[in-house]
Amino acid sequence: MIKFILNNKLISTNESPGMTTLDFIRYNKHLVGTKIGCREGDCGACTVLVGQLRDEKMIYNTMTSCIAPLGNMQGKHIVTIEGLNMEKMTPVQAAMVEESGTQCGFCTPGFVVSLSGFAMSSEEVTFKNAISAIDGNICRCTGYKSIERAAQIIVDQLQAKDLKDPVNWAIENNFIPIYFNTIPERLKEIIPLPAISKNGTSTKVGGGTDLYVQRHDDMHHADIDFLFDKTNLNGIHIKDNEVIIQGGATASDLLYSKELNAHFPNLWQHLKLVSSTPIRNMGTIAGNFVNASPIGDLTAFFIGLNASITLSDGANKRTILLKDFYKGYKILDKKPYEIIESVHFKIPDANTHFNFEKISKRRYLDIATVNSAMSLRLKDDIITEIYISAGGVGPTPLLLENTCNFLQGKILNIQNIQEALDFIQSEISPISDARGTAEYKRLALRQIVFAHFTECFPQTFKIEALI
Amino acid sequence: MKNVDAKNHVSGKSIYLDDIPVRQGTLHALLYDAPVAHAIITHIDYSEAEALEGVVRIITHQDIPGENQIGGIFPDEPLLAENDIHFWGMPIALIIAESEYIARQARALVKIEYKELPVITDPREARKQDSLIFPPRTFKIGNPENTWENCEYVFEGEADSNGQEHLYIETQGAYAYPTEHGSIRISSSTQGPTAVQKTAARVLGVDMNRIEVDVTRLGGGFGGKEDQATAWGVLCALAAQILQKPIKYSVHRMDDMRITGKRHPYRSDYKIGLDKNLKIIAYEATFHQNAGAAADLSPAVMERTLFHATNAYFVPNVQVTAYSCKTHLPPNTAFRGFGGPQGMFVIESAIAHAANELGIPARDIQAANLLKDGDEFPYGQIVDYCNAGSTWTDAISTYNIKTIQKEVDNFNINNNHLKKGIAVMPVCFGISFTNTPMNHARALVHVYQDGSVGVSTGGVEMGQGLNTKMVQVAAHIFNIHTNRIKLETTNTTRVANTSPSAASATADLNGKALEIACEKILERLIYVAAKQMNCAEEAISIREEKVCVNGQPTELAWEKLIQTAFLSRVSLSEKGHYATPNIHFDKQKEKGHPFAYHVYGTAITTVTVDCLRGLYEVDSVKLVHDFGKSMNTAIDDGQVEGGLVQGIGWMTMEEIIYNKKGRLLSNALSTYKIPDIYSVPGEITIKPLATEGHPLAIRKSKAVGEPPLMYGIGTYFAIQNAVKAFNPNYILKFDAPFTPEKVLMGLYEGREVLAKVKAEEEKA
Ligand SMILES: Cc1cc2nc3c(=O)[nH]c(=O)nc-3n(C[C@H](O)[C@H](O)[C@H](O)COP(=O)(O)OP(=O)(O)OC[C@H]3O[C@@H](n4cnc5c(N)ncnc54)[C@H](O)[C@@H]3O)c2cc1C
Ligand code: FES
Ligand code: FES
Repeated sequence: MIKFILNNKLISTNESPGMTTLDFIRYNKHLVGTKIGCREGDCGACTVLVGQLRDEKMIYNTMTSCIAPLGNMQGKHIVTIEGLNMEKMTPVQAAMVEESGTQCGFCTPGFVVSLSGFAMSSEEVTFKNAISAIDGNICRCTGYKSIERAAQIIVDQLQAKDLKDPVNWAIENNFIPIYFNTIPERLKEIIPLPAISKNGTSTKVGGGTDLYVQRHDDMHHADIDFLFDKTNLNGIHIKDNEVIIQGGATASDLLYSKELNAHFPNLWQHLKLVSSTPIRNMGTIAGNFVNASPIGDLTAFFIGLNASITLSDGANKRTILLKDFYKGYKILDKKPYEIIESVHFKIPDANTHFNFEKISKRRYLDIATVNSAMSLRLKDDIITEIYISAGGVGPTPLLLENTCNFLQGKILNIQNIQEALDFIQSEISPISDARGTAEYKRLALRQIVFAHFTECFPQTFKIEALI
Repeated sequence: MKNVDAKNHVSGKSIYLDDIPVRQGTLHALLYDAPVAHAIITHIDYSEAEALEGVVRIITHQDIPGENQIGGIFPDEPLLAENDIHFWGMPIALIIAESEYIARQARALVKIEYKELPVITDPREARKQDSLIFPPRTFKIGNPENTWENCEYVFEGEADSNGQEHLYIETQGAYAYPTEHGSIRISSSTQGPTAVQKTAARVLGVDMNRIEVDVTRLGGGFGGKEDQATAWGVLCALAAQILQKPIKYSVHRMDDMRITGKRHPYRSDYKIGLDKNLKIIAYEATFHQNAGAAADLSPAVMERTLFHATNAYFVPNVQVTAYSCKTHLPPNTAFRGFGGPQGMFVIESAIAHAANELGIPARDIQAANLLKDGDEFPYGQIVDYCNAGSTWTDAISTYNIKTIQKEVDNFNINNNHLKKGIAVMPVCFGISFTNTPMNHARALVHVYQDGSVGVSTGGVEMGQGLNTKMVQVAAHIFNIHTNRIKLETTNTTRVANTSPSAASATADLNGKALEIACEKILERLIYVAAKQMNCAEEAISIREEKVCVNGQPTELAWEKLIQTAFLSRVSLSEKGHYATPNIHFDKQKEKGHPFAYHVYGTAITTVTVDCLRGLYEVDSVKLVHDFGKSMNTAIDDGQVEGGLVQGIGWMTMEEIIYNKKGRLLSNALSTYKIPDIYSVPGEITIKPLATEGHPLAIRKSKAVGEPPLMYGIGTYFAIQNAVKAFNPNYILKFDAPFTPEKVLMGLYEGREVLAKVKAEEEKA
């Protein structure tokens, strides 16, 4: 039995936990304001808000319900467009009408839900953040300009928002209905799913953002072990000079982590290149590692940090370098019943420079053509340690070992880097596919590896070196 | 006035196909479609699929009582394949099951074997093999053959543009159920209700009056639901007729992308000749349209390519020929612009080519050749009410092109990592269906006893704001509040024999018909009012819901007037019929006056290219557009912004990829990218041209749906100019879309870096 609150109603259902939240909302509950555009997490038409009680407070995040398993909704508050409607339009709805941010209207509930989520979030109220809240919503009609104007109106109205208690502020200012204030108490009464330890054959689901795209139909009746809310898999800590990120941390958890932001000043730019807000709210790092896509962004990110992962089969744990996790195309050094508990890496010190690059057809919300991360430690002008990862250029995510070995101990100067760039080509074996020709991928990787240096050392490295 | 549907849209209350409450016993349909592009079926085995619990029936071509034929223009497209497969995704069988889920399970159990045949995906290859949908057509004016020798400069080349997936966010779908007397009612997500009705009647072997088609609204169409919505409606109707059950089919995105056609890819040759004053005195082009496996709307699309081959320019000697090439792709179809953009891309390429060779900005050539009143289009229509020059001049001066150019030049001198490029794109687009017989429409108006008004037209609301404009038209004629007026669904039993909502002409045609209907009722109301007020009819008018005598408001208000008319047994219902006057076209001579009027505009696009990564952003698009006298600026501006961004998508990131076997690789939203909020221009500025509008436009407010898409073409040339600024070795290519791959390869072609990479790839 799964229990959650859907809008203002308590739901207890015996539906298969592998069912998508979207199907439950639309076809079991006939709440048809939530639309279907792709069933792949890529359009945002099915966006809902999912609220969780954390430290006595409700935190609401957007999720694409089409790839969110019902099993992950236990003990949560799901809000659809119907759950936001009041007698009068909310300020978000009014702004969308005022600026003609809706034409055919099919994408519109998704935008309204996302912007309403922004209104009740504790994020700083800026135009940039408002747009970020709708970065997973695709509209084919408007060209977005009218939606941007609506977002600006909302940003203006949110200036007075109480960031400490945004949900109540949103209630008081009619952004959301009053019943929201009853939710925390009501959620407390829902007893969480017993943490059943499933047997080894059950399918492990984190956010489901990969599985529900790849194996959509199988998931409905699958025997599933839901990892998303397991407490031992959540959290980001610093211990003994190491950053430890639990496997169930989502990309959003990384993005908003104080610890990580302290060490990675460009984290926002880097992680914004990964999927979209609702997908980042669901997709976990372990899921990214295990789906074993050669172009997984988080995989490239952490290989570039020379991170290790700890695997557990319930009884025993073992730790390996992330780069060694990949044995061949979608072949992992992992037994079916092992889970990734955490990923950990040395805290970058003041002499360590880090950068992440990604090239894709569309800058945001697109899978990489190639990606790469680099961490480089300098002593004076000698490279004492260097790790450069590369995705999209072989059957697995790579660490460019030869290139790194070559640079290790060398002086950081243009000649050495030029030479290193030539090394890359012998380490990679890209293929031509829908994301680009092999030739292009070779060139693109070379360019973004060079970009690591122009980003980290803009005074020394300039594009002129390539002309 | 804001969109009348906006409040429902923002609260999720608007009803689309999949939102219609289903009737008890509704069954779900799913196509089994060919997993090969060209083949003969050698063996079929449905037994396992049929045996699956919950599967009700598998319907094949043998079950069709009428004709197995859905071709709209030519009868060359079966609804369900018989023996021959002509494209990857061709429908073969319709699985009917108790749920969509079961139907999908059953689909995996269908076993069909094929003998595969050679596949053609390239239109040039098709032409070589004489594989044409119908004979080529040529538009000609003057005599280019004899002009080349008089030209100071002549340039020849090739220009290709790829297709474009419509990506309406609501996928295709239909819901059909049997009614009495052997009839079927179909709810359809279609731009062309009559096409669905007519085709269903043909396939089911019944009269058209047995098929009722109803459309509430579409979650986007863009041409993709003009002809290609028909199959789904007909499939549901067929199953409903056979099983006497309600049948629903809401198509999965990947099925939709695989099975339906898209904007036509074109491969073209051009030859352009200029005199020393940069006047284009001769132009030739050969267009190879990739029609796909059946005609669909290709003949009409091809025709519009010819009509718009010279865009906004006057060229005295033109010969343009188009071939509709039959390949093994899904039949390509209408898409906003309807062949016009493909034609314009070629002449813009020719101009860019010439400008590059002459070392001048393309806009010097563009400006020297803009249309003016009295010029003749290659198809014989004489240019009047021309705004090519005025929108151009207005854009150039309002936005100060010289300053923009200087800023770009300075930026490029000071930066190597980033380079900027600009381009100017004039547009001239003809309004009317080029097939003259289609230019008519009807509207049905009921004024109810309480003074409320119900309006039905043949137009379909798909986000373009048609319903809102229709409300405005009726409110204007009656001079009553807009909230008294309700737009009904589009239904073939209320308004029959309609043309599809397409060609940007829907508001004009249906609006004019609506005006006529409202005016007839108004005339009768005035007669009633005159009698009531005891004065001459000429003295009567209605203003702000009040009857006025000689302009003075009286006590007689709208509601009372309606009651009085009703009690006097005056008809409060009326039908209006409108057919566009003055248009004609002779397909033998390829001359005539096919368009009611033209829409003009000019856009200036600025882009920035990241020369390290090959990525780019559109900084701004600043344009002057000829709206006529816009009757709704909010809606019309929205059409400009949305159309422009679609055009930019077509020119940049939207890349349709079929492999050599004819399989679509860009088959999902994860592999086919349309603009997201971050990829639209940083700034879009729209200035309406000050003009009186055109009498044949509804309330002088010109059609606005399609023309703005073509402003997006400027993006291609702006990016090209930025690439040129970085790489003097770059050789101009005209091969849209300008994807990040093409940009990066262009930035480094002829440079050592790329040579090295190529050598490595060859080694590997
Ligand atoms: C629209 C969209 C856009 C995307 N964009 C990007 C992108 O830009 N970059 C990118 O890298 N990815 C992208 N992805 C892919 C995906 O979101 C990520 O890979 C995500 O991190 C997967 O995590 P998950 O928890 O959702 O995985 P799930 O689907 O839950 O699981 C994936 C795999 O991991 C296994 N698994 C999950 N957790 C564990 C665990 N703790 N231990 C062991 N095995 C586990 C599962 O059994 C399964 O095999 C995108 C996906 C979508 C739908
Ligand atoms: S339906 Fe497209 S994201 Fe869910
Ligand atoms: S309004 Fe049509 S998709 Fe956004």
